[in-house]
Amino acid sequence: MTGTPTPAQIAARAEARDQVRTELRSRVGGKAELENAAPRVGPEEVTGAQSIVRSLEEVGAEVVFGIPGGAILPTYDPLMDSAKLRHILVRHEQGGGHAASGYAHATGRVGVTMATSGPGATNLVTPIADANMDSIPLVAITGQVGASAIGTDAFQEADIVGITMPITKHSYLVTDPAEIPRTIAEAFHIASTGRPGPVLVDIAKSAMQSRTTFSWPQELNLPGYHPVTKPHSKQIREAAKLLATARRPVLYVGGGVIRAGASDLLRQLVDLSGAPVVTTLMARGAVPDSHPQHLGMPGMHGTVPAVAALQKADLVFALGARFDDRVTGKLSSFAPLAAIIHADIDPAEIGKNREADVPIVGDLREVIGDLLPELAKEHETHGKPDVEGWWRQLDEWRRTYPRGYSQPEDGHLSPQHVIQRLGELTGPDAIYVAGVGQHQMWAAQFISYERPNTWINSGGLGTMGYSIPAAMGAKVGEPDRTVWAVDGDGCFQMTNQELATCTINDIPIKVALINNSSLGMVRQWQTLFYESRYSNTDLHTGHGTMRVPDFVKLADAYGCEGIRVERASDVDAAIKRANEIDDRPVVVDFTVSRDAMVWPMVAAGVSNDDIQYARGISPAWDRED
Amino acid sequence: MSRHTLSVLVENKPGVLTRVAGLFARRAFNIHSLAVGPTEHEEISRITVVVDVEEHPLEQVTKQLNKLIHVIKIVELEPESSVHRELLLVKVRADAATRTGVLEVVEMFRARVVDVVPDSVVIEATGPAAKLDSLLAALEPYGVREIVKSGTLAIGRGARSITDRAFERAVRSA
Repeated sequence: MTGTPTPAQIAARAEARDQVRTELRSRVGGKAELENAAPRVGPEEVTGAQSIVRSLEEVGAEVVFGIPGGAILPTYDPLMDSAKLRHILVRHEQGGGHAASGYAHATGRVGVTMATSGPGATNLVTPIADANMDSIPLVAITGQVGASAIGTDAFQEADIVGITMPITKHSYLVTDPAEIPRTIAEAFHIASTGRPGPVLVDIAKSAMQSRTTFSWPQELNLPGYHPVTKPHSKQIREAAKLLATARRPVLYVGGGVIRAGASDLLRQLVDLSGAPVVTTLMARGAVPDSHPQHLGMPGMHGTVPAVAALQKADLVFALGARFDDRVTGKLSSFAPLAAIIHADIDPAEIGKNREADVPIVGDLREVIGDLLPELAKEHETHGKPDVEGWWRQLDEWRRTYPRGYSQPEDGHLSPQHVIQRLGELTGPDAIYVAGVGQHQMWAAQFISYERPNTWINSGGLGTMGYSIPAAMGAKVGEPDRTVWAVDGDGCFQMTNQELATCTINDIPIKVALINNSSLGMVRQWQTLFYESRYSNTDLHTGHGTMRVPDFVKLADAYGCEGIRVERASDVDAAIKRANEIDDRPVVVDFTVSRDAMVWPMVAAGVSNDDIQYARGISPAWDRED
Repeated sequence: MSRHTLSVLVENKPGVLTRVAGLFARRAFNIHSLAVGPTEHEEISRITVVVDVEEHPLEQVTKQLNKLIHVIKIVELEPESSVHRELLLVKVRADAATRTGVLEVVEMFRARVVDVVPDSVVIEATGPAAKLDSLLAALEPYGVREIVKSGTLAIGRGARSITDRAFERAVRSA
């Protein structure tokens, strides 16, 4: 254990981080030249394993989350001597993958995970698929059996390149050690540019053991990779024209805005356009929740005003969003009256689910940057659009259907109350990391996000167990911020072994365990759609059960502070106490009612028009003017 | 459904065919035929893929293909402005009694006999798919014993070369 860092150490770390970030920013931006690499590293005699470590150092990686094993073992030897790379030994490869992704989420940098061949590599399949769905820059380095053994069903052999082909942005199998530097340089470039995503680099053990020359490439040769970042000016003008004349516009903001680092520019667009804005599950924090034009989250568990605004809009401007089924509900009845402007860095997203009237391919920083002056020009020529009537309608929805919940009838603790207080007492500077299920939706709804990269969750793949390792990665990337994992008792039991990693490596995350003693979201569906027949959703961890496991004892066993909270009157004190502990991880077992449900809700496959504000209560749309 | 012929220029790298074919399978597009081979530039291979697909999904599959790092360029070759050919090898029963008839068919279709044994011949033919279908129909009465066909190959008419332009771009970017 390294103990608590001194303020001086923290400051030094922060400075080093900022330096690297500035450097990184200058590298990204679609350019394939590695400008600052040229004079530093000439050819040098090394082993392939050394070449891997040197390459990771050269590319600016700081942290690797991984576990050694036979085929990656040669690399772990020089890794031990690296002064620039911090390796964090995780307890399961899935934890390493999600930790790298949490790190990437929190910092915007490429997350790195390392594993051995066979089962080590296949344990990375879930985090790789997760990163692919949520466009997270991730590089996974796996050992492979020796080149001559490939294809022989050798011990711990798995064709991980083949297995992950559909879930990676790109992948490599390296058998020639001379290829290592170039491959790692390309992998980081591909992972972090264009639409970010996971890149797998599978390296044969024989390549790690051979002698080779290390020479950092001065340029990359990727003839098939040219992400378009500069939007077409004609489309920008067209978008400005529509936005300036729409009477019922909505800005539909997705996670792409956060990946592009375009939140500041988006804020200007929101202010200039006067349009209401909705932020998807992946975009929470892209616009401050406190912004008066922010209607909240759209989709299956979105706010009524956000869902209704999209349904009644005459113009939907999608920014870095992908018309996911969880947002659109029944696609054919989504935003039926709206013209669509769709801006995304990935051309394949445009028109995939919904035809776009104005397609814009480009980096959202450039898209919004180009759009702002065009929109201002439109306003000068034709005046600001009349959206007053629209806002009267929107405000009425906001008044009628505010965020809220009812107290559970069984008298047990309300999970929404816990999560709301967690956000209020901890504040918007913290990072909140959720697993998947009810607690995730409540955390998206009841915590107010004011900054990008403060809300981290598994959106596209919906990976239970994401929270603990991802929170660990986020805390490593942002050690000076409070990081709360908001987790469920089901999720927590999938990956809580990483608490050991947190304790041993001085990564003091905090866990708000929303323990409803069941697979809560599945149970909710059973309540609503399966006549309350609770098939295999009882986890026996809460009120009136054997409490297996006892989460407080479990926390204790992992060297964490364990706190149990069963009454509303104890919630604030427990959160405050947890916030004060910074020398070890904290697990707060909030034993909550299992009958609480996530509302509002649009049932799967149903039109968004049929949103229910609470069970059996649907908005009366005829009130609109 | 309509039939489309795509020429996909790819980097000549291991696994590239798997990536392309896998993408078609994953996105539920039906490959009618597929042929792959080298081009005049050794760094570039060319995959000709014929798919049965609606207009909208075709655009989607083209965009998805373009996302593959090893895919350099995709061109749809319209039938009216390009030449399409398949290669057919067919083994037909042909004994002393029927050989003359078989050879007449071969002659009519400007095909060639490439192997002869006392009771059968192997015929080689190239042409557009329709011509080869007719040839097979004409041979059918004699007894077709084995067929092997290449995927469709296609090239645009006129002087322009899609590989040259892709290659230039690749070199420029390097």
